[in-house]
Amino acid sequence: MSRSRYIAGTVFRMLTLLAAVSVLSFVLVTSSPIDPLTAYIGTNSTLSQEARDEITEHWGLDDPPVERFTAWAGNFLKGDWGTSIAFKKPVKTVIKERFSYSVVLMLIAWTFSGVLGFLAGIFAAVRKGSLWDKAIKVFCLALQSAPTFWVGLLVLSLFAVQLGWFPIGLAAPMGKLAQDVTLEDRIWHLVLPSLTLGVLGISKITLYTRQKLIEIMDSGFILFAKARGEDTAQLVLRHGIRNIALPAVTVQFAAFSELFGGIALAESVFSYPGIGSALTTAGLSGDVPLLLGIAVFSAVFVFTGNLIANILYGLLDPRIKEGRADG
Amino acid sequence: MREKKERTPLLDVQGLSVSFSMYERGLQKKDLEVLHKLSLGVYPGEILAVVGSSGSGKSILAHAVMGILPGNARVKGEIHYRGELLDKERQEALRGKEIAFIPQSLAYLDPLMRVDRQVIGIRGTKEKQEAAFARYHLGKEVERMYPFQLSGGMARRVLISTAVMEEARLIVADEPTPGLHEEVAMETLRDFRQLADEGCGVLLITHDIDLAFQVADRIAVFYAGTIVEIAPVTDFLAGKEALRHPYSKAFIDALPQNSFKPIEGFQPYAGSLPEGCLFAPRCSACSKECAGEMEMRRIRDGEVRCVHAT
Amino acid sequence: MDRKRIQWNTRTKILVYMVLALIYLAGILVWGLLMDPEAYAVDYSVKFLPPGAGHLFGTDFMGRDMLLRCVKGLSTSIVIGVIASVVSSFIALAAGVAAAVVGGKLDSFVNWCVDLCMGMPHLVLLLLISFMLGRGMKGVMVGVALTHWPELTRIVRAEVLQIRSEQYVQAAYRLGKSRMQVAREHILPHVLPVYLIGVILLFPHAIMHEASITFLGFGLSAEEPAIGVILSESMKHIATGKWWLALFPGIMLLAAIMLFDRIGEDLKRLWNPDSGNE
Repeated sequence: MSRSRYIAGTVFRMLTLLAAVSVLSFVLVTSSPIDPLTAYIGTNSTLSQEARDEITEHWGLDDPPVERFTAWAGNFLKGDWGTSIAFKKPVKTVIKERFSYSVVLMLIAWTFSGVLGFLAGIFAAVRKGSLWDKAIKVFCLALQSAPTFWVGLLVLSLFAVQLGWFPIGLAAPMGKLAQDVTLEDRIWHLVLPSLTLGVLGISKITLYTRQKLIEIMDSGFILFAKARGEDTAQLVLRHGIRNIALPAVTVQFAAFSELFGGIALAESVFSYPGIGSALTTAGLSGDVPLLLGIAVFSAVFVFTGNLIANILYGLLDPRIKEGRADG
Repeated sequence: MREKKERTPLLDVQGLSVSFSMYERGLQKKDLEVLHKLSLGVYPGEILAVVGSSGSGKSILAHAVMGILPGNARVKGEIHYRGELLDKERQEALRGKEIAFIPQSLAYLDPLMRVDRQVIGIRGTKEKQEAAFARYHLGKEVERMYPFQLSGGMARRVLISTAVMEEARLIVADEPTPGLHEEVAMETLRDFRQLADEGCGVLLITHDIDLAFQVADRIAVFYAGTIVEIAPVTDFLAGKEALRHPYSKAFIDALPQNSFKPIEGFQPYAGSLPEGCLFAPRCSACSKECAGEMEMRRIRDGEVRCVHAT
Repeated sequence: MDRKRIQWNTRTKILVYMVLALIYLAGILVWGLLMDPEAYAVDYSVKFLPPGAGHLFGTDFMGRDMLLRCVKGLSTSIVIGVIASVVSSFIALAAGVAAAVVGGKLDSFVNWCVDLCMGMPHLVLLLLISFMLGRGMKGVMVGVALTHWPELTRIVRAEVLQIRSEQYVQAAYRLGKSRMQVAREHILPHVLPVYLIGVILLFPHAIMHEASITFLGFGLSAEEPAIGVILSESMKHIATGKWWLALFPGIMLLAAIMLFDRIGEDLKRLWNPDSGNE
């Protein structure tokens, strides 16, 4: 069947790219002058030379690069992602713990920006040229140019410090034991970071939806529908949304890449203990195993977004679903 | 024919000019007039074919009648429908009901909506759609198809069925036959003939004069954004002596079945039109009277935009 | 008559915007480069002053003038942005033209590299490159320069492919002109404007990424004046209500990014009125 072939092809292509991304990350990380051993034991450690040699031996730091890579990749595929130096825990555990925090944040921000951006884009396109349209456009262009971390700082400064409506950072009240943290606490601490991320994600989808809908409203089938008596609302509801929904969803899934970058910055501003701040910590403390783990994980995350978008196209677009593969 | 003309035309276009404002490189704004003082009338029960070469702006005429020109278009002149001014409000109220539009191709169907829903549109019912499909021999399986799955002939019949969903009095068909096999094209035109015989007025815009000869009652010759001559189809079939405008004569002459002699020169582009008669630069009979404003004149059984015509 | 005046206005407006943007950016650059670091020297007697007459943007925790620090920092950012986007755009030009002209295996390879680069979140890739180079100025510079080419490569490639399929280029091939000749005489003159606009639109991304990576601690070091460093410091004092430490530097950065963007988009509109926003 053409559909399963299409999906299989996409998956295969992504797997080869994923393999290449791991090689690239490995080369980048291991050729750093930042010595993992020093990073591990600290610069003024009193550790004996024998102990140092032992660790070097254990980590295989003196082996040739290809051997090191195959060893790492083999273990990685078997599920052993190494041990994080900074967190003194298995990399897999760190990623799992941290990602469970981040995923809530990302999901809220992603959904919020997707829905609101889509609606704002439609609104702007329908009112093309009006004051509303111009305001939305300028707002989006400004947001697009605004660095995530700066918007985060402003949000923090206004809503947490000046107004005192929300907590200043972290994922739960400081000093509270993990089992005592309530759902309310968690939500309370999620508001500002997800607002920051969501607001930043909104501009891309809004501008895309607006542009695409304007293009569609110029197309022949809209003209014909109009000639058959449909008014603007009917044109947008019956034909416009039908034709932009799929590309817009695709754009939103493709934004997974920026979402991950944004989370690193937002979590850093709000001291939110997610995967983004783990990435920063890993990089700053020379934690090679964790850095590698997160890099590969982030690539998987991006690929998943693209894959979902591709599959959605295959499932929902009748031109691919019910016919010619070249649709 | 003659007694029909005593009645009011169904559609009466008087001095229609359409121009577009557009940007060029460097953001120089420019007005481009594509239709110039175009006049024509369509009577109930007749097919008026507007014939001219491809890409010369004939579609704009159809879009102007339907009121679906893009936002940067400016319209001058008047269009009357059944004796009353066809302004924006009336266009909006009548299109899809009394005035039906049949577009050029599949690209005018929503690629993501099944055919039956599109044919039903906002006013039709399932029963009407089924009746229309039966009339044009479209199978049950076509209903659930998407536009890309239709063959050329099927697409034509689907588009024409949209026109019979309501009680249309005027049908505006824009190039309904390009890229079709001769057989399918003829079938499509016979469908138009049938609609006209039922009392509709049909404004048929086409570049294919052979097809127009076969079904039209009258033919309007479109040149450089205006209509230079309107005459009964019999005059065209009789040969160039029966025609009035030098361009129509040359046009008939250029047909393969006649002397196949091409007309010298090119149609002027919109934006670089000559003053006065638009055909003057290519006309062998051109004189200084041709530099003035050209009005449509009634001669014999037709109309012509030429001072020399007899 | 009336319409003529309006035409003239649209174009002049764009040109005036562009000139103003350029003056702002060039002014910051020159002022920053020529500035003596003593101008924003440490002075504990005036620390944490809110914005006012003496210090327009206020002062920081060491009593340094924030306006002067911002100007200095932004000029560094602009320099890095310019260098990085020029390097990135060269890569993009070479890769895009080569992929389109040679085609075949090389084309697939370039496409594959583009996909590879886009397969990881941009910030993660930047961070890894910076990490490889031991962070610092070199890390950011190389990182930003090496990660901004994929999109422009795609644009250049598509443009070349389109021109190549035009009839007059096909005719030139048939007239026996060599690939190099055709590339020089027909393809380059058409690709150049698209490329130049692409370069200008790269600046804002490069500047933004430089600031982001510096903010996270992988870029310029704390001693160097940089917007990323300033904002990173401000984080420590935001909880105590020193909002001006974050607000003004960010606005200056935002203004620079938006102006670059604006210049690029305007040039695009002048070159090709059908493109972009309306």
